[in-house]
Amino acid sequence: MNIDADDFTLLGLHKGFALERSQLDAAWKALQARVHPDRFAAEGGAAQRLAMQWAVRVNEAHQRLKDPLKRAAYLCELAGVPVQSESNTAMPGAFLMQQMQWREALEEADTAAEVETLSDEVQLDRKARIARVTRLLDVDANPTQAAQEVRALMFIDRLLEEIDARLERYEDAI
Amino acid sequence: MALLQISEPGQSPDPHQRRIAVGIDLGTTHSLVASVRNGVSECLPDQSGRVILPSAVRYLLDDKGQTRRQIGFEALAAQAEDSQNTIVSVKRFMGRSLADLPDAGRLPYQFEDQPGMVAIRTVAGVKSPIEVSAEILASLRQRAEDTFNDDLFGAVITVPAYFDDAQRQATKDAAQMAGLNVLRLLNEPTAAAIAYGLDNGAEGLYAIYDLGGGTFDISLLQLSHGVFEVVATSGDSALGGDDIDHLLAEYALAQSQMQAATPQDKRTVLVAARRTKEKLSTDGNAHLSCALSGGMLSVTLTRAKLAELAKPLIDKTLAVVKRVLRDAKVKADEVKGVVMVGGSTRMPAVRDAVGGFFGQQPLTDLNPDEVVALGAAIQANQLAGNNAQGEHLLLDVLPLSLGLETMGGLVERIIPRNTPIPCARAQDFTTFKDGQTALAVHVVQGEREQVEHCRSLARFELRGIPPMAAGAARIRVSFQVDADGLLSVSAKEQLSGVEASVVVKPSYGLTDDQVANMLREGFTTAAADMKDRALREARVEAERMLEATRTALAADGDLLSPEQRAELDRLMTQIGQRCDRGDLEALEAATKALAQGTEAFAAERMNRSIRQALAGRQLDQL
Repeated sequence: MNIDADDFTLLGLHKGFALERSQLDAAWKALQARVHPDRFAAEGGAAQRLAMQWAVRVNEAHQRLKDPLKRAAYLCELAGVPVQSESNTAMPGAFLMQQMQWREALEEADTAAEVETLSDEVQLDRKARIARVTRLLDVDANPTQAAQEVRALMFIDRLLEEIDARLERYEDAI
Repeated sequence: MALLQISEPGQSPDPHQRRIAVGIDLGTTHSLVASVRNGVSECLPDQSGRVILPSAVRYLLDDKGQTRRQIGFEALAAQAEDSQNTIVSVKRFMGRSLADLPDAGRLPYQFEDQPGMVAIRTVAGVKSPIEVSAEILASLRQRAEDTFNDDLFGAVITVPAYFDDAQRQATKDAAQMAGLNVLRLLNEPTAAAIAYGLDNGAEGLYAIYDLGGGTFDISLLQLSHGVFEVVATSGDSALGGDDIDHLLAEYALAQSQMQAATPQDKRTVLVAARRTKEKLSTDGNAHLSCALSGGMLSVTLTRAKLAELAKPLIDKTLAVVKRVLRDAKVKADEVKGVVMVGGSTRMPAVRDAVGGFFGQQPLTDLNPDEVVALGAAIQANQLAGNNAQGEHLLLDVLPLSLGLETMGGLVERIIPRNTPIPCARAQDFTTFKDGQTALAVHVVQGEREQVEHCRSLARFELRGIPPMAAGAARIRVSFQVDADGLLSVSAKEQLSGVEASVVVKPSYGLTDDQVANMLREGFTTAAADMKDRALREARVEAERMLEATRTALAADGDLLSPEQRAELDRLMTQIGQRCDRGDLEALEAATKALAQGTEAFAAERMNRSIRQALAGRQLDQL
């Protein structure tokens, strides 16, 4: 076993986007139970240092694979198509128009119910895009298209964060 | 050469493998030490049979002008008459500056505003909270060593789950000063869960509600297959039973239209208030009376009145609980069990409020004062390798986000809170001026966007960057957090390879030399003692290394070729010979040689362990 192996190989998982969270967690815990520094607390410094490196690496892999967006971006990268979320912000016009409409709707919403409706609509769109990413990565083997969807999903998640923040303010006001 | 060997026939199948490990709850109001004996975790009593050591240290001068100190009950007894030199609740000052202590004016101490961490002026000189805590820890260490009549292998010391890096580091420094080998800093709520045996088969989400003397702490733990995951944690480091004492004292003074004029009066009325509060946990009403400089204070209080006074504080704790549930995106009824920790949870008002909030009876079977120490002892026993069958593993998370200061005093978050530790993360930065040759790195911890609202952990500079156009340099700043939640940071310019790093000691920056100095001043007097102690510690270290190697050889010796095996045997024999002689340097060199000699073996063992983990999983999936 190599510490530099990709996340899926490291955790002994099938390399693909579809992934059961329970399966991922079980793999993570089983491996962590072997490499965690606590397992080597009674041993020397060399074992401690190694354990630390491994535990860090295993946690890194788990953190990346448990988040669907990070997992998708990682698969694109492994397939030679980095998502480049910072530099590549060119999005289709229709998508940007949709974003603007949603943001306006959020600005103009007066009640928690209106924000909830908007949240449901955006969530539905997100779900459809996740399904598309799954197909693009696991069936069509089209990382270029998938990377485009991942960038769109990043916009959507930022919007959902703002929607959630607004909903929390309503909750606090109660 | 029986350094760490104790013989307790019939207790362990392999007695010489047994190492003495203790769990220490270094609390705000009181501290305890516990250990696993005969398979049961129990708190160790002092010579008078008391398990609780009040976290109080009094500094005083004797007739000859020599400084002395009293620790625990003795100090507490003198609290009212010598409040300036009797330091209680020192945990609140750990890793804190004067500006962090809003109630400093209400306290009877002469604070010294030192950079990074506040200090207290006493008759015995200026004392840092680390030194005061070390006195308490040394006292507990002594108690444990007396109990077992032997040296300790190591200790697990508990800290509140939300303690930041500065507070954790200060705690570890205090332990080091007290001569303890820290096996692990353990979060208090996790220790409580272990004490209740929730690692044995309990599955699901558990809440640990800890209302002690000085701190409130709420944590959500997810338990599954023996893995403890801290899902979310929050708290208030300045909220606890002490505050209820203050409220009760103020109420009693207001009722009788009296005032606590002197520091001694303040202490006296607080001590009386605490006693009354404790009485009201069992009785419906109680009398608060004490002698102040202005006359007798005497008031009768009911449990209902206490509940009324305490309600705002209890509500404040429940607000924190709500926030933690929301952070974790769970509802109160998804919580499977609630563990009560801390003396203040004896108050019926607290039990009722918490039970009502979660819609279930909280767990209160174990003594709420002891539960954290008991759990820490179980973990210490496990880490010392005494419990081979125990399979529980503790996966912990970072309590507070770590970040860097960027342009305009904003914080760039590098590792968000609740990330499982140990972890590492790197981020690239660049220069913003042409020809810039240095970059200041300011490491902060906290959840706010502005630097001034976060805690400053460390500042360092990366110098010697070759002059380049603005934006051309690629400076990678790497954070590494170990299993105790302690941070180290390094910065490297990728093109030139220029590097700088710090192990984040908080801004008060005690260097190891300073710690060693304080150690010398605090705990030994004669030079011979020092030398003796150094040799003894080197022997303990050597024995620890030998034990570790023997354990490793017994488990995986087959990985070695005969030549490799012979070399390790030679290194081990060398240590054995030098242990018996009194040559400190030769012994240290031999220990180091064995440590280096086993590095490749350690890597091989790790690989085998991982292969086994993977093999096991593939079988499960069939």
